[in-house]
Amino acid sequence: MSALLQVRGLSRRYGARIGCAEVSFDLHPGELLCIVGESGSGKSTLLNALAGRLAPDAGSLRYRQRDGSWLELGALDEANRRRLAREEWGFVTQNPRDGLRLDVSAGANVAERLMALGERNYAELRATASAWLERVEIDPARIDDAPGAFSGGMQQRLQIARTLVTRPRLVFMDEPTAGLDVSVQARILDLLRRLVTELDLAAVMVTHDLAVARLLAARTLVMQRGRVVESGLTDQILDDPQHPYTQLLVSSVLTT
Amino acid sequence: MPALELRGLTKSFELHQQHGTRLDVLDAVDLTLHAGECVALAGPSGAGKSTLLRVIYANYRPSQGAVRVRHDGHWLDLANATPHEVLAVRQRTLGYVSQFLRVIPRVPALDIVAEPLLLAGTAADEARERAGVLLQRLNVPARLWSLPPGTFSGGEQQRVNIARGLIVPRPVLLLDEPTASLDAANREVVAGLLEEARRAGAAILGIFHDEDMRDRVATRLFPMRPLAPN
Repeated sequence: MSALLQVRGLSRRYGARIGCAEVSFDLHPGELLCIVGESGSGKSTLLNALAGRLAPDAGSLRYRQRDGSWLELGALDEANRRRLAREEWGFVTQNPRDGLRLDVSAGANVAERLMALGERNYAELRATASAWLERVEIDPARIDDAPGAFSGGMQQRLQIARTLVTRPRLVFMDEPTAGLDVSVQARILDLLRRLVTELDLAAVMVTHDLAVARLLAARTLVMQRGRVVESGLTDQILDDPQHPYTQLLVSSVLTT
Repeated sequence: MPALELRGLTKSFELHQQHGTRLDVLDAVDLTLHAGECVALAGPSGAGKSTLLRVIYANYRPSQGAVRVRHDGHWLDLANATPHEVLAVRQRTLGYVSQFLRVIPRVPALDIVAEPLLLAGTAADEARERAGVLLQRLNVPARLWSLPPGTFSGGEQQRVNIARGLIVPRPVLLLDEPTASLDAANREVVAGLLEEARRAGAAILGIFHDEDMRDRVATRLFPMRPLAPN
């Protein structure tokens, strides 16, 4: 099978400090890849560099378009980068308030990305928004409420609906369940798990939670100090970690 | 016809958090598993039986040696396979039933069993129907099917796990104590399922603590013993 995203030697520095260094991997269509590591390990830097939100200093990023041709993301101008983000990609932020527009209704939040693709029929937009609210387990009766009044878990589910409504080919997620209560987390993880399968999504997800990686991702990258220290099958990494840092991470998890 | 060949399979664990302590568990294991046979791993606790199954399933990484499996008509060495190749082998060729069910929050028992079929491309309705038939045969009451198995008894969870592991017919099956928590009647159901799979050409490698069960299903024993400490 051919990759959807090809990453080679990707690096990003902050002055003398390493953000991420020499990261290489392939992401295949329909595959969810987790990036794990502690705070400061470079996970979010890598994710932002992949998603075009942060310019890398070195390395190459290639994205396979629908017609099968490769797009060099490094050579892309700003207008085309925006088009890609709007039409083919999605980004889910850790804090839903960063990814939502709090001053417009829940329905408008979902419909906005569709409108950006040219959808103008009001009745259809509203029907689609309503269906997506239901899909992420938000009562469609709240379609006209502003999300500022929603709980954190509801806001995150709304952000997921807003991101996935356009059926993106590739989604980036930055700790989408961090900062939520465990029971709320379980609901979002189950939702993501189902949506990823139903929509055949390819996704890169950053998490510091190894249980999240086990639940959602067939493959995982482990990062330490900006570098990938171990990568492979998630269950193999968690059950037979090879690198000292991965062994430390795995042995530090409390089990119930 | 061979379905799985282990050659010189060796596994040591290096524990970096324990001052680099090394645990040697498997030393140069050779085993050929044929279609239509059920080989029982025999040996005391600590002989590396579960480790061997996990290395074959690529859940553990072999230190040395080859895990050759016949996949889609070709031989593939899982010791050198890419993660994507291993995933394809697990989906179509190599099944593994562990002792314990890994419960997924909120996912009902019927969907847990049907999931491997869905991933193999079966339509949702048919996958659920076949999951129901298998759960019925394993005496999991229909009123439990729509519930997540987190609250089920050990025996019920184990039967859900067996159903999930057997629902897609795969040419090679690895079983780690699949009947440890089951009563005699349900052990007999599992023995029947395994015998059917074997007669249909599956190659089975398993750990069966219960001797009656082992005598009932195994066509051959493979003795293992703990390695002397290094």
